Amino acid sequence: MGKKLLLEHINEPGIQSFEVYRKKGGYASVEKALKTMKPDDVTEEVKRSGLRGRGGAGFPTGMKWSFIDKKSGKPRYLVCNADESEPGTFKDRYLMEHIPHILIEGMITSSYALGANTSYIYIRGEYMYVAQILERAIDEAYANGFLGDHILGTDYSLNLYVHVGAGAYICGEETALLESLEGKRGNPRLKPPFPAVAGLYSCPTVVNNVETIAAVVPIVNLGGDEYAKIGVGRSTGTKLISASGHINKPGVYEIELGLPVEEFIFSEEYCGGVWKERRLKAVVAGGSSVPILPAGLILTTAKGEPRLMTYESLADGGFVTGTMLGSGGFIVMDETTNIVQNLFTFTRFYRHESCGQCSPCREGTAWMEKILHRLLQGKGKKTDIDILVNAAKNIEGNTICPLGDAAAWPVAAAIRHFRKEFEEIAESTTEGKKLEIATH
Amino acid sequence: MAENKAIEFSSDTLAVAKKIIARYPEGKHKSALIPILHLAQTEFDGWLSVEAMDYVASVLNIKPIEVYEVVTFYSMFNTKPVGKCLLEVCQTSSCWLRGSDEIINHIKKKLNIEVGETTADGMFTLKTVECLGSCGTAPMLQCGGDFHENLTTEKLDSLLEKMKIKNERSTYLKSLNLSS
Ligand SMILES: Cc1cc2nc3c(=O)[nH]c(=O)nc-3n(C[C@H](O)[C@H](O)[C@H](O)COP(=O)(O)O)c2cc1C
Ligand code: SF4
Ligand code: FES
Repeated sequence: MGKKLLLEHINEPGIQSFEVYRKKGGYASVEKALKTMKPDDVTEEVKRSGLRGRGGAGFPTGMKWSFIDKKSGKPRYLVCNADESEPGTFKDRYLMEHIPHILIEGMITSSYALGANTSYIYIRGEYMYVAQILERAIDEAYANGFLGDHILGTDYSLNLYVHVGAGAYICGEETALLESLEGKRGNPRLKPPFPAVAGLYSCPTVVNNVETIAAVVPIVNLGGDEYAKIGVGRSTGTKLISASGHINKPGVYEIELGLPVEEFIFSEEYCGGVWKERRLKAVVAGGSSVPILPAGLILTTAKGEPRLMTYESLADGGFVTGTMLGSGGFIVMDETTNIVQNLFTFTRFYRHESCGQCSPCREGTAWMEKILHRLLQGKGKKTDIDILVNAAKNIEGNTICPLGDAAAWPVAAAIRHFRKEFEEIAESTTEGKKLEIATH
Repeated sequence: MAENKAIEFSSDTLAVAKKIIARYPEGKHKSALIPILHLAQTEFDGWLSVEAMDYVASVLNIKPIEVYEVVTFYSMFNTKPVGKCLLEVCQTSSCWLRGSDEIINHIKKKLNIEVGETTADGMFTLKTVECLGSCGTAPMLQCGGDFHENLTTEKLDSLLEKMKIKNERSTYLKSLNLSS
């Protein structure tokens, strides 16, 4: 069995409470950091750990922290991104619901490293009940002297608050999140300036994913070097994978990076294989935004090597034959899946979630959805496929934030790998072959 | 729906609103807007009328337009009345792969409404939503703060029945408790 650093105590009765969490060694990282380390030492350990952002982009966390402007004289903020809205991703919810204190602990240790005295957890509004679990956990942390003034009798003070959103995927994009946290519409900002210089209230800010912040706990406890021993190459540590779709055992799994994809899908320890004894058709490995891969290419790379659950191995082959680890939203499709219709659900999603600031994204996502809809209703033409490819190409790279790319990639990849299915649907214009598709 | 209810927070809710405002730095009280809109939607029958939005603007001492801009951006805020139980069915990939279409069609037939419509008795509104972070327990629907997961048509039938018997407005916000 793989090493568990975040979910080690998940089955411990009462682990939601401060008391049990503490008994299981919780809050040790706060004691160690505040009493024996300087803030920059904590950042140094995170650098050594090789931890990369778990929100999707995989940017090295220690490096991100070292960019924060410590000379401006302005307050600094740590904001936790708990907006989790990337289709196929539900690991942050799981972690916060079942072990809320690991996030609170990580927030304290990380805020200390950054010199933040006020920090926020921005959580999507639909997770209101999880927000209430966090509120309780925060209350317990205050009551036990881990939050508030002079934590553990040191000079360090921190106030930590939960902030709920109200339904908008785009607020997961860090600058949109900051706008939203300021009480505005979630329109992404132009960068630069980057949040490290001008983030929340124009003050230096770090935005990190829930899982990233939770990972700081074992990193400080074990030491960065020890953490870095887990994994393969530049993919260090463990990762939470949200597994869904046509598998026997959907759920959240903590894996050591480097686990073969095949083992993840087929072993009893993880997904338990494809459901209904069907064959594997395709996988979206890292949340809806990353390129879909057919069974052959998800299990082995184009070079014939086993595909591993690492940033590098999943990306092997670039977008021609590879994909991305992304947020770890692992969606499995069996042989009966209509790839075009699956793509339609993604495209409808991006059209719905586009904030509307950039015309390529706003218009392009609407066009792609319309064309896919037309195809699925048996009213499309073969030339529609190239129009789709073109629309995707024209969105990519031409927008303020990466939502445009995220909308374009799935379209390009589905057509790249499953063009025949698109053609078949385009040709099925006769009434008899008309597809039963729901477009509520 | 209560008639002619004054658009004004109860004193308890107002106290919570004040506590929320205190979470943000001096002069940054606008940050409290979204959380306070949730309070308002809970208190004012599940939706935000112009009067409710104007009231929130006055609580925060900001312009009404600043509230309208935000309310119309976020999908959880309703600008029209909704049924007591707003059934929000996820239709994105992972849910679709495991039968969300069947769930949506079943509700439509059973309640005789289309997406976006409310039953004549004001009990149910059907809405389709995008991924709610419940993909591993798909298909699912959210009603107020509750997630109903691993749905089947049988489970759905008994759920709707229970909701009818309970006959209560479901709200995202279950309690007003906030940390210190
Ligand atoms: C459209 C869009 C949606 C995003 N959604 C999320 C999200 O829900 N959660 C998240 O942690 N990061 C999300 N991100 C990435 C964030 O912008 C940011 O990179 C991340 O929070 C940084 O944290 P990390 O370095 O710890 O991963 C999103 C990015 C984009 C472009
Ligand atoms: S790419 Fe789309 S979501 Fe991002 S800023 Fe532009 S319009 Fe908004
Ligand atoms: S796709 Fe329905 S909850 Fe994620």
